[in-house]
Amino acid sequence: MKDTVKQILKQYGSDRNRLMDILIDIQEQLGYIPKDAIDLLAANLGMSQVDVEQTISFYHFFSTKPRGKYAIYLNDSAVARMFGYDSVKRTFESEAGIKFGQVSDDGLIGLFNTACMGMSDQEPAAIINNKVFTRLTPYRVREIVKHMREGKAVEELMNESYGDGKNQLPSLRSIVSSNVRRKGMILGDDYEMGTVTKTRLTKMSPEAVIAEMKHSHIRGRGGAGFPTGLKWEFCRRSKGDKRYVICNADEGEPGTFKDRVILTEKPELVFEGMAVAGYAIGSDEGILYLRYEYRYMKDYLNEVLENMRKQNLLGKEIAGIEGFDFDIRIQYGAGAYVCGEESALLESLEGKRGEPRDKPPFPVEKGYLGMPTIVNNVETFGTAVKIVLNGGEWFTQFGTEDSTGTKILSISGDCMFPGVYEVDWGFNVEDMLDMVGAWEVQAVQVGGPSGTLIGSKEFHRTLGYSDLSTGGSMIIFGPQRNLLKDVVLNFMHFFIEESCGSCSTCRNMTQVMTNKLTKILNGKGVKSDLDDLQSWAKTLQASRCGLGQTAANPIVSSLKNFRHLYEALLQKDKDFDQGFDMEASVQASCNYVGRVPNFNHH
Amino acid sequence: MSKPVIATTSLAGCFGCHMSILDIDERILQLFDLVEFNKSPIDDIKKFTKPVDIGIIEGGCCNSENVEVLKDFRKNCKILISLGECAIMGGLPALRNGIPVEECLHEAYIGGPTVQLNTKHILPNDDELPMLLDKVYPCHEIVKIDYYLPGCPPRADLIWDALVALITGDPLKLPYELIKFD
Amino acid sequence: MSNLAKFKIDGVECMAEAGKFIVEAARENGIFIPTLCNMPGVKPQGACRVCTVRINGRLMTACTTPIGDGMEIESNKPDLIDIRKSIVELLFVSGNHFCPACEKSGDCELQALGYLYQMMVPRYPYDFPLREVDASSPYIIKDQNRCIMCKRCIKSVKDEEGRSYFAFHNRGDKLEVVLDKVLGESMDKQTAEKAMESCPVGSILVKEKGFAKPIGTRKFDRKPIGSDVKL
Repeated sequence: MKDTVKQILKQYGSDRNRLMDILIDIQEQLGYIPKDAIDLLAANLGMSQVDVEQTISFYHFFSTKPRGKYAIYLNDSAVARMFGYDSVKRTFESEAGIKFGQVSDDGLIGLFNTACMGMSDQEPAAIINNKVFTRLTPYRVREIVKHMREGKAVEELMNESYGDGKNQLPSLRSIVSSNVRRKGMILGDDYEMGTVTKTRLTKMSPEAVIAEMKHSHIRGRGGAGFPTGLKWEFCRRSKGDKRYVICNADEGEPGTFKDRVILTEKPELVFEGMAVAGYAIGSDEGILYLRYEYRYMKDYLNEVLENMRKQNLLGKEIAGIEGFDFDIRIQYGAGAYVCGEESALLESLEGKRGEPRDKPPFPVEKGYLGMPTIVNNVETFGTAVKIVLNGGEWFTQFGTEDSTGTKILSISGDCMFPGVYEVDWGFNVEDMLDMVGAWEVQAVQVGGPSGTLIGSKEFHRTLGYSDLSTGGSMIIFGPQRNLLKDVVLNFMHFFIEESCGSCSTCRNMTQVMTNKLTKILNGKGVKSDLDDLQSWAKTLQASRCGLGQTAANPIVSSLKNFRHLYEALLQKDKDFDQGFDMEASVQASCNYVGRVPNFNHH
Repeated sequence: MSKPVIATTSLAGCFGCHMSILDIDERILQLFDLVEFNKSPIDDIKKFTKPVDIGIIEGGCCNSENVEVLKDFRKNCKILISLGECAIMGGLPALRNGIPVEECLHEAYIGGPTVQLNTKHILPNDDELPMLLDKVYPCHEIVKIDYYLPGCPPRADLIWDALVALITGDPLKLPYELIKFD
Repeated sequence: MSNLAKFKIDGVECMAEAGKFIVEAARENGIFIPTLCNMPGVKPQGACRVCTVRINGRLMTACTTPIGDGMEIESNKPDLIDIRKSIVELLFVSGNHFCPACEKSGDCELQALGYLYQMMVPRYPYDFPLREVDASSPYIIKDQNRCIMCKRCIKSVKDEEGRSYFAFHNRGDKLEVVLDKVLGESMDKQTAEKAMESCPVGSILVKEKGFAKPIGTRKFDRKPIGSDVKL
C-alpha cells in the first residue's frame, strides 16, 4: 500500500494541485482510499488529514472503504427509472445478496446508485470498474453477476456487440452506442483534422481569430450562453504569466449525453478547437476536464492526443507557426454535478472540493491556479473550428439572430429514436417531437432538471437563448408518467444530492422544499403549500452558482405549467395541515413499551 | 361589552412561561380588570366553560395528551398564542429530537446510569398514560397558531405589551430588548 | 487617495477606496450590511449569503464584491431583507439551535440576526437532525448541532505550518465541519480560544468555560448587531 501511494505521489510531484489525479489513481489501484494512505498524503502534501478527507468526501466515486472487487454503479436518474431501473436494481440485489450501498462480505461485489451518467439514450445503464454497461435487463444482470462469481475480468463480462461508430475502435471497445441521428456542421463527416490549424491559423493573427468568433455571435453551448468571442477577448487582455484553456466535459445535467457522443465521434475536432482557443488567447496549456463516468474513453482519447502530437497539431511550433506551443492533458472529475459550473470545475482541477467561487473575479481574470483562463463547453470548441474555417459571417446564416449556429440535442425518454440530433437553433418543440418519433407526449423537460418542464400548450416554442434556452438535454414524458412523483421529486433529490452545500440557501432549501413536495404527494397538502413553494423558491436566487439558483426549477416550472396536478392532490376540506400524524407518531414508543395505541381514553 | 376571555395551558413546558406571566407583578390586577380567565392553571378552571378569545400555549407537544389539549384549545379559542421557546420550537424537551424514541426510553428506564432501582426493567405502558410521540413537536406544526412570543421565558413586559395590544387593538411596539430566544 | 470610488447604497451617496469589498465600504460610510460567514482578516467566501445585495438587478454578496465607481447598490429593500431573514430562518431550522441552553446565547451572531429581523418563528418546519458532538480534543468541544457551515474556523484556524484544524466533510445536506483528530489532540489553549472566537455561533466551545457573562451584559442583549456601525 505505502509503496503504491508513494509511487503515485512521485508521479505527480507531490503537487497538492494534482490531488484529484492522485486520489483517482489510489482509488483505482487499491479499490479505495485507506486511512493509512490519507496519513501519507497529509504528511507529504503538507495538509491536515481532514483537509485531504474534505476533498475525498466531496466526490461520489471516492471511498475510504473498499467498494468491492466489482464496484457496480447503477444509474438512478428519472430516465433510468422509466426504462426498468427498479427491476434491474432488484435483480442486482437478489443476485448479489446485498442491498444498494453495501459491499458483499466476501468483498466481491459492491452496489451503489449514481446520478445520470450520460447514457439516457440507452438506459438502464451501470458503470462496473470503469466500463459502461447499457440496456441492462434482469437476465443480463444475472449473467453478469454469475460471471463475476466465476472471477472473469470486467472486459469479459461484456458479451454484447460493441456500439456503433468509433465505439468499436480497439482503444475504445465500448458497448455504448453513439446514436447519432442527425448531423450538422459539428457531427458531419466533411472535415479533415488539422485543416484549420494548417490553413487558417497560419494566416491569421490571434486577434483575427477572436474577431471571427465575435462576428459569429456564438454563445457558450453549456447552457449559460455567454458570448464565446468576448470570453476569449477578455482572457487575452487579462494579465498573467500563463493562460489556460479548459474544456468542460463534465456534462452532468440529467438527460444530456451529447458531449459523450462528440468526444467519441469527433474528439480531434474538440482538441483542435482547444488549440485554436490557445492560439487566440495566448495559452500553451489545455486541460480536458472529463467526468469520471466517461473514464472508459481514457485510452482512446489519449491515443487521439498522441496522434495529433505526431502530426504536429499539438506540441511545439504547431503547424510551423512560430511561438505557437500548445498541448492538452486530460484530468478527471470523480462524480459531482456541480463541477460542471466553471469555477467549481477550476476548484476541482486544483485538487479541491468542487465548490463554486464567488464572481468577480471571473475565470478570464483569475482562473486555474489564479491565471487567466477560459472554460468552454465541448461543443463550443468543436464549433469554433468550423467558425474559424468558414468565417463568422458564414456561421450567422444558421440558427436565429440571437442564437446563431447549430445545437446538438440529447433527446431521451418516451420516443422512438433517442439519441443526438444536431439542429439549427430556432427549431420548435413540436418539430422536435415529430423528428424523434414521440407520438403521445405529456411533457418535455427542456434543459434538464435545472431547465423547464413544459406541456403541450408550449410546444410551439422554439429553442434559443431568448425563448427555450438549453444546454441540450431534452427528456420526453408520455401520458403514462407520473410527473410529480417520478420526475419532479426525482429531480429534487438529485439537487439535494449534488448540492456542494456551501451556500445555506441551496444546502437547506432544496431539502425544505422537497419535504413540502413529499407532504403534498402523501395527500397531506393544502392550498397554502403551493403558495409557500412558490415564495420559498425566491431565497434560492441568492445562491452563489447556477445549481443553487435553479435548484427549485423542477417545482417552480411544474407549478407553473402543471398546477392542476398539484391541485388534484390537495385536501379540499382543510386549509391547515402540517402533516402531523398522531397515529404514526406514537407507533414507535408504543411498540417499545409494549402497548396498543389507544386514542379514546383521554 | 363583556371582557375578552383568556385561557392558558402548559404542555411540554416547565411552567416558566406561566411564571413569567405572573412576573408582570402588580399589573396583574390591571389584567384582571381587562380580561376574564377561563381554563387555566392560574384560576384552576379545568375545562372550557365558554368560548375563549385568546388561548395562550406554553410548551410543545411531547405526548398524545399534549396534542389533544392543544387541539381542544384550537377548537375553543379564537386566537392562539405560542408562548415561549418550547411552544415555538420544542425547547429543551426537543433535545431528544433526532434520537430514536426507543433509545430515549431505554436510557430513561433501562440503560441510563440513574435507573438502578428499576431492576425489573419496567417500562411505563399503562393504558391511562399519555403515549409518547416520536419527537417533540412545535405547536404550529400541529394546529394553526396566530401569534408567537419567543423567549425562555418570554419577558413579562413582552407578554404584557402583547396582551394589551391584542385586547385594545392598539399597535404593538416591540422594543429590541424584549425579543429574546433565551 | 486618487483611487476613490463614489457609489450609492439605497440612494445614499458614499465614498470609499475602489476595490474594497462592499460590506467594508458600507461600514466606512456608516451603513450596516449584515454578515455571518465574513471575518476580518480572512478572504471573504460568500457562504452564508446573508449579505445579499442587488447591483444592476443581480443578487450579489456584499462581502465578496468589490466596490466600483458609480455602483448603485440596493440593500435595505423589503425583498432583500426577506431573503436575509429567510436565510436566518433556514439556518435555525436546519440545525439544532437551542438558545436557552447554549453557552454562546447573547453573543451569538445567528441569534443576533434573529433578533434584528424579529424572527418570532421560522416560516420553515424544524428539521431536528441528529448531529454529533466531538469532545475528543483536550481544550475544545465541537458541537455539530449548532454549526452553520460558515467556514470561519476552517479558514482562520491553522497551525504554524498552515495546516487546517477544521475542514468540511461530505457535501450537500450531509455537510459537516470536522476537527482533525491529530491536530485536535495537540491543540493548545490559545488556539482553542481562537477557534471559539472564530465561531459566530456556539459550535466551537472552549471546555470548562461558558455562561461567564450574566444576562443583560452580553454582546447583543441591549443593542442590535451592527449598532457599532455609524459615522
